[in-house]
Amino acid sequence: MSGISIVLVVIVAFLAGMEGILDEFQFHQPLVACTLIGIVTGQLPACLILGGSLQMIALGWANIGAAVAPDAALAAVASAIILVKGGQGAAGAQTAIAVAIPLAVAGLFLTMVVRTISVAIVHQMDAAAEKGNFKMIEVWQIAAICLQGLRIAIPAAALCVIPAETVSNFLNSMPAWLTDGMSIGGGMVVAVGYAMVINMMATPEVWPFFAIGFCLAALSELTLIALGAIALAMALIYLKLSEGAAAGSAAGAGTGDPLGDILDDYE
Amino acid sequence: MADRITLTKNDRFSVALRSTFLQGSWNYERMQNGGWCFAMIPAIKRLYTTKEDQVAALKRHLEFFNTHPYVASPILGVTLALEEDKANGAEVEDSAIQGVKVGMMGPLAGVGDPVFWFTVRPILGALGASLAMAGNLLGPILFFVLWNVIRFGFMWYTQEFGYKVGMKITEDLSGGLLKKVTKGASILGMFILGALVERWVSINFVPVVSNVTLSEGAYIEWDKLPEGSEGIHQALSQYASGLSMEPTKVTTLQDNLNSLIPGFVPLLLTLLCMWLLKKNVSPIIIIIALFVVGILGHVIGLL
Repeated sequence: MSGISIVLVVIVAFLAGMEGILDEFQFHQPLVACTLIGIVTGQLPACLILGGSLQMIALGWANIGAAVAPDAALAAVASAIILVKGGQGAAGAQTAIAVAIPLAVAGLFLTMVVRTISVAIVHQMDAAAEKGNFKMIEVWQIAAICLQGLRIAIPAAALCVIPAETVSNFLNSMPAWLTDGMSIGGGMVVAVGYAMVINMMATPEVWPFFAIGFCLAALSELTLIALGAIALAMALIYLKLSEGAAAGSAAGAGTGDPLGDILDDYE
Repeated sequence: MADRITLTKNDRFSVALRSTFLQGSWNYERMQNGGWCFAMIPAIKRLYTTKEDQVAALKRHLEFFNTHPYVASPILGVTLALEEDKANGAEVEDSAIQGVKVGMMGPLAGVGDPVFWFTVRPILGALGASLAMAGNLLGPILFFVLWNVIRFGFMWYTQEFGYKVGMKITEDLSGGLLKKVTKGASILGMFILGALVERWVSINFVPVVSNVTLSEGAYIEWDKLPEGSEGIHQALSQYASGLSMEPTKVTTLQDNLNSLIPGFVPLLLTLLCMWLLKKNVSPIIIIIALFVVGILGHVIGLL
C-alpha cells in the first residue's frame, strides 16, 4: 500500500471507530467501511463483495442487555485491510472474514477500555459545568469521540504497517481444509445474529409471521424489496384488524394509515 | 409576556444536529449524560443568561441518561419545551424535568431497538449486501443514503413533535401509539428474519445418498455428438430439454433435505442458537464453536 492509501485507510478506520459508538451514520457497518477502504486502496470490486458478505453476518449484531456482539467496526476494517494486503482479490473474502472475526471479538476489550476512560471524562465535564464553562464540556465530548475513533484507527494502522508478504504468506500457508472449513463456518455464523434478534422480538403473537416469511423466501422470484412490501402490508393489515377488534366503532374513520391518523390528531 | 424567551428554529435544529453525538462519551457511570448535555448547550445558552442559572442547567443535564440514540430526539423535544417554560418563570421543578427524561427513556428505548436495529437496519443491510455481493456499488450507496435520510428525518421531526406537544407526549406514549409501533415493527422484523434464515444461512451436507444409473436416452451421450459447434449446439439443446449431463444421477443428503423443506437445517441451527443464547451462552462462544464445527465437518467430509 502506498503512503497516501495508508493515511486514507486510517482515516476511514477513525470514522468507523467513532461510528462504532455513535451508531448514527453507519460508517462502521461492513457494507460502508469495506467499500470506503476499497475505494482508497483501489481494490473496490473485491472489497465491495467482502463488505456485502460480512454485512450479511453482521446484520443482527447489536448489543442488547448482557449479550455483547463482536465489534462490527473492527471486523470490517481489519478484514478489508487483510483482503487488500493478501492480494487474492474477491476470492480471499471468506478467509479475510474468518481471520477478522476473532479480531472483532478481541476488539470488545478495547471498547470496554474506552468506555471506562469516559467515566473520567464526564467527571471533567462535571467540573466544567460547575464553572459554567460551555467550551470545556464541548472539548471533552469531542475528545471522548476521538478516543473511540483511535480505538479502531490504531489497530488499523498497525495492520497496514505489517509487510504485505507477511500477510499473504500467512494466508497462503493456511491449508485448504482450514480455509474451506472456515468458509463453511462463516455460512453458519449468520444464524447467531438472527437468533439474537429473534430472541428480542419473538412473542407467540408474531411467530406466525416468521413462518410466512420463511416459506415465502423459498420462492426465489421474490426479491427482498417484494418481501419487505408483503411484510409491511401484513403488519398494517394486522394492526388495523386488531384495532377494529379492540375498539369497535373507533375504527373505520381513518385514512388507511393508522400511525398518520394518530399524529394528525395533534395538529 | 412580551419578552418571553423562546427557542428559535435554529436553536432547535442545532440541538438536533448535536444529538448526533449523543453516545460519544458513553461511559459505565452515567452512560449518555455527556452527550445529552452537549446537545442541550445551544438551548441553555439561549434560555439562561445568568451564570448561576447556566451552571444549574448544565448540572441538571449531566445526570444519568440512557436510551436508544434516535428516540432520544422526542425526549429532547419535550425537555426543550419544559426548559423554555422554566426559563420564563413557570414552576418547573428540576425533578419534573428529570422525571420526564427517565420516564420516557425506558419505554422509548423499547421502541427504538426493534424498529431501528432489528427491522430497518437488517432490511436495508440485507438489500445493500445482496447488491454488493453481486459487485454493484449501488448496494452500499443505497444503504448509506436511505439510512441517513430515515434517521435524520426521524430525529428532526420527532424532536419538533416532542417540542410542540410538551408534556402531552408522555401520556400518549404510555398508551396506544407506542404499542402499535412496537408491534408493527416486530411483525415486519419477524417476517424478514424468517426470509433471511431461509436465504442466507448456508449449510450444505455433501455425503452422497444414492447413485442411480440413468436409462439410455435420459442423459447426454457425449461420444455420439457431432464434431465442432454443431455438437455444442446439440448438447445444449439436449440439456435444455432436461437431459442429464452424467449417466448417473447423484443425490446428496442436501438434495433430500431440500425436497423435504428448503432451509430446514438453517432453521434448526437458528433455533439452536436461540436456545443457547437463552441459556446465557455468550454469542462469541457460539460463533467460535460454529467455526470449529465447520472445519471439523469439512475434514470428515460431512459439510
